Amino acid sequence: MTTTAVSQHQTKWWSGGKSPFNVEYGKLMMWYFLMSDSFTFGAFLISYGTIRFSQNYWPSPSYVFNTFPGAGEANLPLAFVSLMTFILIMSSVTMVLAVHEGHHGNKSGVVKWMAWTIVGGLCFLSCQAWEWHHLITGHHAVLVDPATNKIEEWGQSMRHNPWGPAVENMTYHGEKVTRPGPVAFGGYFFGITGFHGFHVFSGVIINVIMLIMAQTGVFERRGHYLMIEKAGLYWHFVDLVWVFVFLCFYLI
Amino acid sequence: MSNDSNLHGKPEIVTGHEVHHDEHHVHHHKETFITKYVFSQDHKTIGKQFLITGIAWAIIGGLFSVLFRLQLGFPDQTFPILETFFGRYAKGGQIQPEFYYALITMHGTVLVFFVLTAGLSGTFANLLIPLQCGARDMASPFLNMLSYWFFFMASVVMVSSLFVSTGPASGGWTSYPPLSALGDANQGSKIGTDLWLIAMALFVVSSLLGGLNYISTILNMRTKGMSMTRLPLTIWALFFTAILGVLSFPVLLSGFILLLFDRNLGTSFYLSDIFVSQTGQALPNEGGSAILYQHLFWFLGHPEVYIIILPSMGIVSEVLAVNSRKPIFGYMAMVGSLFAITILAFLVWAHHMFVTGLNPFLGSIFVLLTLLIAVPSAIKVFNWLTTLWRGNIRFTPATLFSIGFVSLFISGGLTGVFLGNSTIDIHLHDTKFIVAHFHIVMGVASFFGMFAGVYHWFPKMFGRYLNSTLGFIHFWVTMAGAYLIFWPMHYEGLAGVPRRYLDLSGWHNFNKFGELNKMITVVSIIVFAVQLMFIFNFFYSIFKGRKVRHQNPWGANTLEWTTPIRPGHGNWTGEIPEVHRWAYDYGKDGREFIPQTEPIGKGEGHH
Repeated sequence: MTTTAVSQHQTKWWSGGKSPFNVEYGKLMMWYFLMSDSFTFGAFLISYGTIRFSQNYWPSPSYVFNTFPGAGEANLPLAFVSLMTFILIMSSVTMVLAVHEGHHGNKSGVVKWMAWTIVGGLCFLSCQAWEWHHLITGHHAVLVDPATNKIEEWGQSMRHNPWGPAVENMTYHGEKVTRPGPVAFGGYFFGITGFHGFHVFSGVIINVIMLIMAQTGVFERRGHYLMIEKAGLYWHFVDLVWVFVFLCFYLI
Repeated sequence: MSNDSNLHGKPEIVTGHEVHHDEHHVHHHKETFITKYVFSQDHKTIGKQFLITGIAWAIIGGLFSVLFRLQLGFPDQTFPILETFFGRYAKGGQIQPEFYYALITMHGTVLVFFVLTAGLSGTFANLLIPLQCGARDMASPFLNMLSYWFFFMASVVMVSSLFVSTGPASGGWTSYPPLSALGDANQGSKIGTDLWLIAMALFVVSSLLGGLNYISTILNMRTKGMSMTRLPLTIWALFFTAILGVLSFPVLLSGFILLLFDRNLGTSFYLSDIFVSQTGQALPNEGGSAILYQHLFWFLGHPEVYIIILPSMGIVSEVLAVNSRKPIFGYMAMVGSLFAITILAFLVWAHHMFVTGLNPFLGSIFVLLTLLIAVPSAIKVFNWLTTLWRGNIRFTPATLFSIGFVSLFISGGLTGVFLGNSTIDIHLHDTKFIVAHFHIVMGVASFFGMFAGVYHWFPKMFGRYLNSTLGFIHFWVTMAGAYLIFWPMHYEGLAGVPRRYLDLSGWHNFNKFGELNKMITVVSIIVFAVQLMFIFNFFYSIFKGRKVRHQNPWGANTLEWTTPIRPGHGNWTGEIPEVHRWAYDYGKDGREFIPQTEPIGKGEGHH
């Protein structure tokens, strides 16, 4: 390709009659939707930060999230959430592979990798279900009333947070006793991870629809797999949001 | 290789036009009443649906203001007819306190969101974007239809909230917690506020679906030759409006979701251990921040006023240029100032919160950013005036409403400079001065832009004209009425008269405004009656108005006037016309107007 040939075929991208970004409208809409959605998550996370840093005390994530299914009372800080994150990121990799196969018009490849992406999404949701269940049904000794030394066993809920500062020299059935922690912890944790989980769930639904459409040859007849790309954009976005949620709730 | 070919390495994708050509242009299927008028995917019909639903809401919202004005103007009198209609809400013919707060809340919500957002940009974005960009329909006609029906569902939920036994939301249109979060503190904060929040969430979805469509249609679907700088200013304004909506409504949604949780799930996002006098107990919540809600709310709330005013600015720019028979003055400055307003819109929200205990240093930053908005606003006013200057003005009702818009925008904008200064705002906050300011600059001014648009594009919508005589009466009464209603409120506000108070007669200081308040109420009833006359004109003219005989009745340059008088779904019968020039070649080279579709002649002067 010579320079002259290029300048002869110079396209005026913004002069109308074509998309200035060389994308069809659906992908453009998806990008703007994701921008909009990132403002929703941004608002949640900034609200969380505002309230968290207005509190005198905040529970340490490596203490709250230290369990692993089947590992009993073993202290494994952040091990399970690392696995969840790994699963979700791997599902992004399989999504990339599905889009790649779509570019080559390879129907069976698309179907295979979409199926794996769905499996990854479902695994992540199952992990989240276990984690929520474990937090809600946990029993932690909390000193409710220091005057009478009244102790209650609490799980983590929207209204109660058992992970306040530890009470010195006090144990309950061999477990150390804490004061009630900031209630905002539960609200934001369940609120934001729940909202993210809802996004993963809708992503899985979208992916299932894409899988069925690919399997039944809808995209093959259309001659392109653009819908897979759009679903992929959404899926990667949901993964990216998780990275921020992970950072804000588990690492900081 | 050029940057372009690097950026666009992939082969060119066929985007829309040809595809849509097949989809919409050729009509093999028979249109039923349902697909043509109810679940229509035609952008013109959807625009009309938004407009007519908006009109219904405007009657409701306007009537609410007349009712609470009766209370404010005549606090001692009784109106037995009110009891006939509203029962226990107007016991003994007097508006009860809960009813009064419900009325002001719903007046604000309805007018701000349902009329001036959905009714205004919903109508004109739908009608004008495909027509003026040169597209057969929106990028996604289906999502566009959903956008209307989500708005419709939001309307149904909001209307139903008016009929629940504890009454609709009544914590103000801003719904600040804790008041809006505690049913114990306020009747309207029971189920009414839940319905309010659900309706608003549906409204956000509607606005998102619409906004995504508007943006991608403007970027992707312009006809050949329609570069961005050849777009009429209506389209630029609607483009920035859509971007504002897409980026600010989600933050409001987040804020509402947290409020719903606080109300129903016992979380403590906004609530803390405050004492509620109605129950005699402290709340079990702890650590929440009511100010957080205000930040989330105003991050939308401020861009929202530009979502309301920008479409009107676009309409006014177009109508003034067409009817002055002159090019718009400073086209690029107009686009630039719209852009500047869009950016600044996101950076000024805390000027609504100067009295919340905001850090004064932070406050002064928001003062600076707020005052900066005066610059693009002044550029726009200057350009409108210079467009009119020595023009060959045709005083149609649309022109008058556009000039009225400029007048109101100046008057209301000047008081904005007062309020933008935090030191003065501390005195004026929550007084009638605020009410006067935002009603003039954003409420009535946007209505004027909307009226200008309706009078100007009614021939395109329905193939008939609105009656001009009624139009002139409509304009002059509304114009005089707007100033008579809101100008005195500035003085009341400076004297410290608070907004949202049920009865001001108990204060010696405020008693002197008694007669003034009566006058305001009487004028508002007259103005409301004139709006009903406009609505009569609107519906009468749809069926009986003078027929449009000419394809281009206003002698305008833009593409919508190249379509048939009553365009079908697909807009143009043949090919979509190609565009060769900008939209504002008026009075050029001795010709009154040169449509955008006309190729540049040999030796034609540069605009």
